[in-house]
Amino acid sequence: MSSTTGSPIAPVTSAAIAKPPRFRRVRRLSRRDKVVLSFMVGIPTLIQLVLVWIPTLLSIGLSFVRWNGLELSDIKPVGVDNYSYVFQDYPPFWPAVQHNILWLLFLGIIGTPLGLLLAVLLDQQIRGSKIYQSIFFIPVMLSLALIGIIWQLFYQKDNGLLNFLLGTSGTPAAVDWFGDSRVNIWAALVAATWRHSGYVMILYLAGLKGVDPSLKEAAALDGANGSQTFFRVVFPAMGPVNIVIVVITIIESLRAFDVVYVINRGLNGLELISALVIQNLIGEGQVIGVGSALAVILLVVSLVPITFYLSRVFGKEKAK
Amino acid sequence: MATYHPRSSAGFGGAGMDRRTLLKSLGVGAAGLAGVPLLAACTGGSAPGSASGGASKSLTFGSGASDAVPKAGYKAVTDAFTKKSGITVTTNTVAHNDFQNKINNYLQGSPDDTFTWFAGYRTQYYAGKGLLAPIDDVWEKIGPNFSDAMKKASTGPDGKMYFVPNYNYPWGFFYRKSLWTSKGYEIPTTFDALKTLCAKMKGDGIIPIEFADKDGWPAMGTFDYINMRQNGYQFHMDLAAHKESWDQKKVSDVFDTWKALLPFQNPGALGMTWQDSAKSLGAKKSGMYLLGSFVTQQFTDKTTLADIGFFPFPEIAMEGRDAVEAPIDGLLLSKKGGQNQAARDFMAFMGTAEGQNAYAAVDPSNIATVKGADTSSFTPLNKTCAEVIANAKSISQFFDRDALPAMANNVMIPALQTFIKDGTVDVKNLEAQAKTLYAAQ
Repeated sequence: MSSTTGSPIAPVTSAAIAKPPRFRRVRRLSRRDKVVLSFMVGIPTLIQLVLVWIPTLLSIGLSFVRWNGLELSDIKPVGVDNYSYVFQDYPPFWPAVQHNILWLLFLGIIGTPLGLLLAVLLDQQIRGSKIYQSIFFIPVMLSLALIGIIWQLFYQKDNGLLNFLLGTSGTPAAVDWFGDSRVNIWAALVAATWRHSGYVMILYLAGLKGVDPSLKEAAALDGANGSQTFFRVVFPAMGPVNIVIVVITIIESLRAFDVVYVINRGLNGLELISALVIQNLIGEGQVIGVGSALAVILLVVSLVPITFYLSRVFGKEKAK
Repeated sequence: MATYHPRSSAGFGGAGMDRRTLLKSLGVGAAGLAGVPLLAACTGGSAPGSASGGASKSLTFGSGASDAVPKAGYKAVTDAFTKKSGITVTTNTVAHNDFQNKINNYLQGSPDDTFTWFAGYRTQYYAGKGLLAPIDDVWEKIGPNFSDAMKKASTGPDGKMYFVPNYNYPWGFFYRKSLWTSKGYEIPTTFDALKTLCAKMKGDGIIPIEFADKDGWPAMGTFDYINMRQNGYQFHMDLAAHKESWDQKKVSDVFDTWKALLPFQNPGALGMTWQDSAKSLGAKKSGMYLLGSFVTQQFTDKTTLADIGFFPFPEIAMEGRDAVEAPIDGLLLSKKGGQNQAARDFMAFMGTAEGQNAYAAVDPSNIATVKGADTSSFTPLNKTCAEVIANAKSISQFFDRDALPAMANNVMIPALQTFIKDGTVDVKNLEAQAKTLYAAQ
């Protein structure tokens, strides 16, 4: 490499010469370029460090200690005690894990396909498509407080719409949708799906717009019917969107939090790992070690789909 | 969690007002400072004894009383104090949930000289960590104004005084007098009488005991009372402070006793907030309701409010009805504020009938703690509440104030909700959790 650029570096070994030429270093950066470049690289790195890496590492560190949050000298290392507390002594933990899995299955089997269905329907040339799109997307944009109020109107035991429609409103047979721990998780899942499917719909709509219409025409010419065209031609053509949506569905179900929090702060049948993290890390019930351990557990679980996604994306780029 | 201040519904309006008042009071503070030598203001505490001698004194007051009424109440107190002593008080009001949640950082950073807080575990805890200044000198002046139970609740772990009570509110059974008269119910003084009464009410088609535990904390009131009546006040305190183990018969007996009451409590409790339950009591759908006296805020109708009666939790096995659960709110002096004699004077003022009357005139929903406070505006219900507190030999602060907050929030809430659901509780597991959580302190 030195021979081509003529820069005064030490004589190279034969092994280095054997390296492919794409490793050649370009040395035509002016001082200004270097300054600009180091800013462009340095600032995002710094932000990453301060906002992502340092807190993550600190959380991991804190999950192995006991600390009351006062003096640094009060920090006592306890090994994996916090983890064994979470796994063995903390009753809400395993229900929370089950609920997160249920959340994933429900969104995967019902929420996401529903979003896809909406997208396909709205992609047809129907009148008022834009209006329907907006309506289905609104839940994604609503604030936490509003969502709470809206679902309260549906689910209230004595004055709610649902019990009114069932004709049980005000009677002892009225279902307590939020208070009964056998049904409240399903009530929460319906609310979550209501949000999630709008999100998936928008992504798929964009994906559908990106599919070359000539593909559909060709399929139709070959005699494929509507569903064949969709499942055999259009859906596979949306490969990248599908991966994004799989990952989003997994991540959404891992970080699911807002809906249960507005219902009852994640108590009584609505335990979720994220709600437990908040309960243990923020506010009065703060137990730094245990909260950090819960956060680390959530992080490790989340790393699986994230790694999968990144390896797919970067794997593809390399393949190109 | 909004446990301590059930009136926590102040939304954006409240926040806006906070800022405005803050700016205003900062302005006042600045104006006050401008008129006095700065140095004197800073080193004011170096000459104790010359209390309110010169006018060159000021103090800062951190307040978590952010809702409109309590805020106006504390403003009345600071105004009255300034008028009397010429000492300027700069009030910094913070939304009360934030104030409670950030107390750790607040006390370690640059706290105000004196601030609003409540008696109980956290006062003891911060006193033990040396973040508060003892105020034995203040108590020498105000001591005669308070009952022994109040004094006990204001004492730190080292036997020194730390806390000045302002007001409190009792927990007990609330009921509609007209309903009871028409059905011929009588106030039960023993647990057996309570059970008999409940059975009778059930027969009359009424939910005997109104109950709400969607938020998790109200059930602690039932637990506390059964525990105190069965095992005594000191056991409640020691259990809450984890000086007693949870894994013992005394604790499981509490739950056994409670089990006899469960069938009489509203079965829909886990889906209801205390406001829902208050409505149900007001509508005479239920016979009585064990809650703090803040429940009366829900009865906006004057005739309903006048129809509400109160009686203390019946006796079970120990100490009769000597103990009452009556969370006390008041003031603490920060370590830094300990240097400022003006702040000590302000604490002393809060411990007089004059100071507490100024507060109670604005916020009559609570009971002033000082002897000789103005009771002329008391309703009969207020009077009953005040009597129950005055006659109490010991005052507990409610489980989430008497215990480590993490124990109350993260352990007791799920445990009590499970108990309400299935009638079972795993005391071994409670002890295992308590061990880990208290060890982290």
